[in-house]
Amino acid sequence: MRLSPRHAFSVWQRNATMYGRTWKFTLLPNFFEPVFYLTSIGIGVGSYLQTMGGVPYAEFLAPGLICVAAMNGVSYEVTYNVFVRMNFEKAYDAMLTTPILPDDILAGELLWALTRSTLYGSVFFLAVLLFGLTPGPFAAGALLVVPLCGLLFGAIGLTYTMLIPGIEMFSFYFTLFLTPLFLFSDVFFPIDERLSGGWLLVAEMLPLLHPVRLTRAFFRGDMGWLMLWDVVYILGVSALLLAQARRAIRKRLTT
Amino acid sequence: MNQATDEPVVRLEGVSKSFGDRTVVCGVDLVVPRGCCFGLLGPNGAGKTTTLRMIYGATAPSRGRVEVFGHDVTREPRAVRARLGMTLQEDALLEEVSPRANLRIFGRHHLLRDPELSKRVEELLDRLELRSHADLPVRALSGGFKRRLAIARSLMNRPELLVLDEPTTGLDPAVRQALWSSIRALRRSGTTILLTTHYMEEAERLCDRVAIFAEGRIVAEGSPAELIRCHLAAEALELEHDEDGGSKIPAALAMLASDPACVHALTIGSRTILYAADVAPLLARLHQSQNPDGHRAIARPANLEDVFLRLTGSSIAEQAA
Repeated sequence: MRLSPRHAFSVWQRNATMYGRTWKFTLLPNFFEPVFYLTSIGIGVGSYLQTMGGVPYAEFLAPGLICVAAMNGVSYEVTYNVFVRMNFEKAYDAMLTTPILPDDILAGELLWALTRSTLYGSVFFLAVLLFGLTPGPFAAGALLVVPLCGLLFGAIGLTYTMLIPGIEMFSFYFTLFLTPLFLFSDVFFPIDERLSGGWLLVAEMLPLLHPVRLTRAFFRGDMGWLMLWDVVYILGVSALLLAQARRAIRKRLTT
Repeated sequence: MNQATDEPVVRLEGVSKSFGDRTVVCGVDLVVPRGCCFGLLGPNGAGKTTTLRMIYGATAPSRGRVEVFGHDVTREPRAVRARLGMTLQEDALLEEVSPRANLRIFGRHHLLRDPELSKRVEELLDRLELRSHADLPVRALSGGFKRRLAIARSLMNRPELLVLDEPTTGLDPAVRQALWSSIRALRRSGTTILLTTHYMEEAERLCDRVAIFAEGRIVAEGSPAELIRCHLAAEALELEHDEDGGSKIPAALAMLASDPACVHALTIGSRTILYAADVAPLLARLHQSQNPDGHRAIARPANLEDVFLRLTGSSIAEQAA
């Protein structure tokens, strides 16, 4: 059975309609969150530092936080919200009474996750712009990385959500997976200056590292071949996980 | 319609469904003719809902074949569901938004667009009498309203076949009556209806044909009147005794049960039911014998519940327990 883009889009429309009712309440805090981070850590902590990675600390921090905003924006959506829609609201069971198939639901949810991550990442980018932390026009490339970051964390979160037995399993996801990623993915300090060769290879496995490195490259106008590896990692891991999520959602909804 | 009108809407052939080593549906054959109101009856856990899920293609049979509108549902679920409406047991509505918004969102799942979408939504609000509450959040509505909204939603695509999974479970009697008339109106307008219920009375009032499920199998099928005629007799005499009948059936009952007019006798707990074409002579004999055990006797027409008892040896409530 082939994916039906129009049916997948109707799933996106459902989520967009529901989100549209409350966007003011969810997007506005999301604008202030980066402002707090940039002020406290970037400017507050940063004033005790000369430079980091060769630039003022706030400027070092900004690209990574854009990716974190995209990651968080998508993660709540594809974990708690998808789990509630699937298991408590029975929304997917209702959709399956129409010509929609599980693949369409997965595609619609992923598209919506991309939309949210792009929205949240872009809002953060706007805040960074207003803080005067975008050194040059290349920085706008961050807006290309934001949906890639959404794709990656959409795929990871959807796969996890489809495989877990109960909602309490999300505490692992947020505390033991997303939090360490947030802290150890080149966001707060340059990991290549702190880690030795072997550990650097391990760090390459961390998903958040790749969008952060891409964004930083755009911010510095310092493009290189490494960016290609980052893009390949993001697309490759997303594809592998989505294949898994696809099997899992079929099993979950149609047995 | 490109199908011949006499082609059945639903055809199940040798359908079984197992989850691991648990078989939920076992070798079911079923034909639902066009224009019919067909009931699947049985206690909870008898395999009714799983059978419905196979009919609209939410789950594939482990064995056998399910055809709807002549399509193999497993291969062409989209084609089948485009022409079918399904009301789930749980309403699965969006509680935060209005009935109108619920219908609009669902219409898009059927790829309807404005102005057709709005037109259809307004039609359904009128048809299921939801207009007075069309803009309130669904969570503020009563159970009856919610169920009507769920049915309205499943009519979005003007289905030729409407499938209702326990449409009146948990609703009060007045609301049930109102829903029954909605269902009858749909049937009159030519929609084929397939419903499940564990209320035998509901099946008798609504259905042209019923299939009785017990433990994953169909144990009887026919019109309600046919089933009563074939398996029992027109009337029932219910007698209550104090202690559990079991092996020690009081003498008066044994006498009545052996009367040639009595077609069948059933004892469940403290109740014995005797069936006959006419129970008046049995009742007369009980009174003649001075009713030594002091039974309370009720004469009534035999119903589908009795058929179910006869076929499965236990009441629906007992099967469900």
